[in-house]
Amino acid sequence: MSAQPRLVPPPSSKGPVRRFSTVSDMEIKECYGIEDLDGRDPALAIGRPGAFPYTRGIYPTMYRGRAWTMRQFAGFGTPRDTNERFKFLLAQGQTGLSTAFDMPTLMGYDADHERALGEVGREGTAVSTIDDMAELFDGIALDEVTTSMTVNCSASVILAMYFAVAERRGIPMTKLGGTIQNDMLKEFIAQKEWISPPAPSVRIIVDMIEFCTRHAPRFHPVSISGYHIREAGSTAVQEVAFTLADGIGYVQAAVERGLDVDAFAPRLSFFFNVHNDFLEEIAKLRAARRLWARLVRDRFGAENPRSLMLRTHAQTAGCSLTAQQPLNNIVRVAIQALAGVLGGVQSLHTNSMDETLALPSEQAVMVALRTQQIIAEESGVTNTVDPLGGSWAIEALTDRIEAEALDYIERIDRMGGIVRAIELGFPQKEIAEAAYRFQQQLDRGEKVMVGVNRYQADEKPTIDILRIHHEVEEKQAARVRAFKAARDQARVAARVGDVRAACRDGRNLMPFLIDAVRDGVTLGEICDVYRDEFGVYRDPAWL
Amino acid sequence: MTDAPRLRILVAKPGLDGHDRGAKIIARALRDAGIEVIYTGLHQTPEMIAEAAIQEDVDAIGLSILSGAHNTLFPAVIELIREKGGDDITIFGGGIIPEEDIPALKQAGVREIFTPGATTDRIVAWVRENVRPRS
Repeated sequence: MSAQPRLVPPPSSKGPVRRFSTVSDMEIKECYGIEDLDGRDPALAIGRPGAFPYTRGIYPTMYRGRAWTMRQFAGFGTPRDTNERFKFLLAQGQTGLSTAFDMPTLMGYDADHERALGEVGREGTAVSTIDDMAELFDGIALDEVTTSMTVNCSASVILAMYFAVAERRGIPMTKLGGTIQNDMLKEFIAQKEWISPPAPSVRIIVDMIEFCTRHAPRFHPVSISGYHIREAGSTAVQEVAFTLADGIGYVQAAVERGLDVDAFAPRLSFFFNVHNDFLEEIAKLRAARRLWARLVRDRFGAENPRSLMLRTHAQTAGCSLTAQQPLNNIVRVAIQALAGVLGGVQSLHTNSMDETLALPSEQAVMVALRTQQIIAEESGVTNTVDPLGGSWAIEALTDRIEAEALDYIERIDRMGGIVRAIELGFPQKEIAEAAYRFQQQLDRGEKVMVGVNRYQADEKPTIDILRIHHEVEEKQAARVRAFKAARDQARVAARVGDVRAACRDGRNLMPFLIDAVRDGVTLGEICDVYRDEFGVYRDPAWL
Repeated sequence: MTDAPRLRILVAKPGLDGHDRGAKIIARALRDAGIEVIYTGLHQTPEMIAEAAIQEDVDAIGLSILSGAHNTLFPAVIELIREKGGDDITIFGGGIIPEEDIPALKQAGVREIFTPGATTDRIVAWVRENVRPRS
């Protein structure tokens, strides 16, 4: 790449008083000291690693005991294409799988549906049938590797397919470990892929929590996600607040179903973003852990320590990456990944440098994975637990994020809970406001993105990007049509009827879904039942 | 202020992806610049967008897409708009759109494509310069 930097000096420090603030626009003091901790002894406030309130980490030995799981999110093209990428990543030393599905799969349409036009295999891999799922995990030991699947409104069907494929291979559900994102509340708030309105969406999630608690105890049936909230433009405080508010919503709904909090809460997991602001992000992860422990103990009376532990996956911030000078993204990702590790995450995805341009190429993914390996095995930061604990700045920021997030959660309580708050558009509007504010600061040059609004260079990116060809769509749609034609149609109709009946009478959907996909009912067909029975949610399109 | 009629713009999200951060920011920036903005919301089919554009009698449509389906969906919107007699509606777009896809999209009738890093000021200025009220 030949980039000639423009000879424009950065703004001088003279002129109006400079504000020092985080990415989230939280003002930062010149220097922190013990006076910023409200007279509390940090050693007492933060506790020990592996002990309540888990500020310093959920395990006593953290990465000395076990490194975090290096889990790169992957998926594109046909299930076969993604299966090959999975095998490549495992061969490179990756320790868990993470599946990206394409938009039609995520929205509950088969690859041959009209609404899938132009979208098949582009943002992830296409899975419409149990055969697609079987091909996706072909040759991968499902009882040895843990698999994460990023899917939400159609998650119940995808999980049923995963269980049915394992069953085909003689692997019992009790041996399957992994995570399914399945967090619909944050979909309404931020990512915005949905089928039905919030109430029936939460009902399906509780069905899955209940089913996994009984039959697939190693599976995390929901990954309560702040990632997308942050990507949509929230602040760090909003990310913690709305994510934990969603978590409270699920725990509340499951308890109302009659489940014992200590039976399912140990299998709840989280997913946070790691943005550029190093200290803010470390503090954010610590604050989230402490606040969750307190909320689950105080509001739901949980006693099992594992119910109180916020286990989290994290991903570096896609929205922080730039299309300009894409190699710079490697550096951003390294800083963010380091913040994630110092913040004590259990699993991490590092973004690839080319992700603002397209899905990542193999070379770009490799650099991203190596970034984690360098932090784990060369940097030395894993030798001791929570090395920044006790730093006045970190502890003051942790306290502040926790307090401000709790303030938001209490506002949501007063509205009647998170589902009501979503119906009122509260989190959505707060996030849109923060996103707009950040963009204005960026346009005015008050916030900096190197290569975008400062240190620009005239360049044409020359990195190779992965392109998905249109044949993928034709091939996949043809495959789905052939699959549909070859089924026992009477059986399919009966299974669809069973799912419809369970939607109506409130029985747990999961056993019916597993039977249905085993007999060839497709993802789109089941989601059509959801659309019929539960209705379709429409974007309120607030600005 | 001039007494020129106020511009009306439809900001639309075709396709299935839910990434509306950019579309909403652009919609607000245009509105703050005194332009009348109609936002479709997410998950619109080309038919829904064309229908809304004609019904709302807009001067331009801004399409935002981040799912990679732009090569299919942008031309589909343009074709429908033309069928419905909206030849003079200016169409622009933005999102994750690879450089090499841009010439073909322009050929198909997309007047301008804004990619990551474009400032709201630049987009507003482009709209002011290139979108004319339809007679």
